[in-house]
Amino acid sequence: MPTSNPLRRTQRTPQGSIRLAPLGDSAITVEFGDEIDPCINACVVAFTNTVADQGWKGILDIVPTYRSVTIYFDALQWTFPDLAQRLRRVPRQSSDAIRSGGRLHKIPVLYGGEWGPDLEDVAIFAGLSPAETITLHTSVRYQVYMLGFSPGFPYLGFVRERLAMPRLSTPRTKVPAGSVGIADRQTGIYPSSTPGGWRLIGRTPIPLYRKSRSTPFLLKAGDLVQFNSIDQDEFDRLSGESARADD
Amino acid sequence: MDVKTIQIQVVKPGWLSTVQDLGRYGYQQYGVPVAGAMDLFSATVANRLVGNPDDAAVLELTLKGPELEFEGDSRIAITGADLSPTIGGTRAPLWECIGISRGSRLCFGTPRAGARSYLAIAGGIDVSLVLGSRSTHCASETGGFNGRPLRQGDVLHTGQPLQSVESLMGKRFPDQLVPRYGKTTTLRIIPGPQQNLFPATALATLTGSSYRITSESNRMGYRLAGSRIIQKGSPHFISDCTTMGALQIPADGQPILLMADRQTTGGYPKIAVVISADLHLAGQSAPGDTVTFVLSTVAKAQTALRKHRALLDAALPPRHLSPIASHG
Repeated sequence: MPTSNPLRRTQRTPQGSIRLAPLGDSAITVEFGDEIDPCINACVVAFTNTVADQGWKGILDIVPTYRSVTIYFDALQWTFPDLAQRLRRVPRQSSDAIRSGGRLHKIPVLYGGEWGPDLEDVAIFAGLSPAETITLHTSVRYQVYMLGFSPGFPYLGFVRERLAMPRLSTPRTKVPAGSVGIADRQTGIYPSSTPGGWRLIGRTPIPLYRKSRSTPFLLKAGDLVQFNSIDQDEFDRLSGESARADD
Repeated sequence: MDVKTIQIQVVKPGWLSTVQDLGRYGYQQYGVPVAGAMDLFSATVANRLVGNPDDAAVLELTLKGPELEFEGDSRIAITGADLSPTIGGTRAPLWECIGISRGSRLCFGTPRAGARSYLAIAGGIDVSLVLGSRSTHCASETGGFNGRPLRQGDVLHTGQPLQSVESLMGKRFPDQLVPRYGKTTTLRIIPGPQQNLFPATALATLTGSSYRITSESNRMGYRLAGSRIIQKGSPHFISDCTTMGALQIPADGQPILLMADRQTTGGYPKIAVVISADLHLAGQSAPGDTVTFVLSTVAKAQTALRKHRALLDAALPPRHLSPIASHG
């Protein structure tokens, strides 16, 4: 994964070229670049929000990813050329204006032990102590690049280079809900128990996905996440609060 | 017959029987898979035959159907695959609105053609809406009947039918519009967003050979075996959105046809996408069957879809237009 380079920002004007490609006859993918980059992703998120604000009928889903957004439409209501033309006319904001717009979420994590069984391996990989590894992981304000893999799973970037440990060669068949993991320069949180290959360094008691809520998902693309380290008592207290809030 | 809400006992669950509707749209941006019927056409016809709106929940029955006991009088329709349905031991017709009386058992036998049968019951299957849909996504245990396939002993409830629709009893979907399912299916494709990552000959390879649906196939997707499609240069692709019908090419060059339960995003480039008008045929293919691909265009695909829908609407008008999920 490429390193973010602040100098790139000057080269990515809002007028930068976009590429529209059909994803079948009922979806269009709009690409803003071909790398994982905070500015490109900010343009993706802004475009997503602007298209959603248009309130067009017959649009089924607008889905941002690292460097593209896909618009799913009812092909009985839209032709591809009509929608493509409308999308090309959507006004685009500057990436600086966009990046200040995300909500900041402070997410408490109990690092290590049974909660983060790979913390020591990541520390050895980084040549640091577990405590230093935690400090490094909590020192960054991460951008939510996209959600995918399972309902509510955020892809966060970037972790510091020395923590960028590759995935496990054999994924675990079951990763507990709330697990915080690292895969190369990405970090993420498993909202529900699924199989998974990321290196698990801790666990959060904060639910990311509550089916019964009117707003079921805590995070969306464009938000910011900062982790903070908590102890067992705090974890237990917050777990209890979350459980009660679900009743 | 004035049809009311009824209960249905699952005597035997069958191999994979799930509650499905038109899919869960509006939440893909949060990573929520769409799910929904693998053959939306058959599911829609089944619903219309019993007087349900298009988005009512139906049962999708896979290859080996269940055994169901009806604890009330109702009307049903079975469409899609012929899994040899019988009611009280007598062969039940497909693509037709039929009455079923209290205490009757609906059973299924040998799969004769197609892979998935759709059972619509007046009033629809009454399960809670989860994120706007009643579809089951088994991998994430979302929606449907407790987020899972039916099990022995489950009791299903139907919703309140829209109105008494006596005139529908015995109504048949026109024979000439009933799809024929064979062991080989031709699917029209549109070049995908990453066709440029493949050599110029790749689409010709894809359309010039036939692919077998392997046993590693399920509602998420079909792994195909046939001529390899290899990317130009070193594989490099940043995960982005998927769609039903997309043909992903992993490093081994064997295509994966993504189906209803696909994840919202995927890390393999998509060389082509099956057109919407042909997806119902893909949904009726089973492991061991063969698929071939022919090239089409977006404009032709959209025309084919409209024509397909117009024929359906002329034969069986929608009860009322199904609400299209708006982006939330």
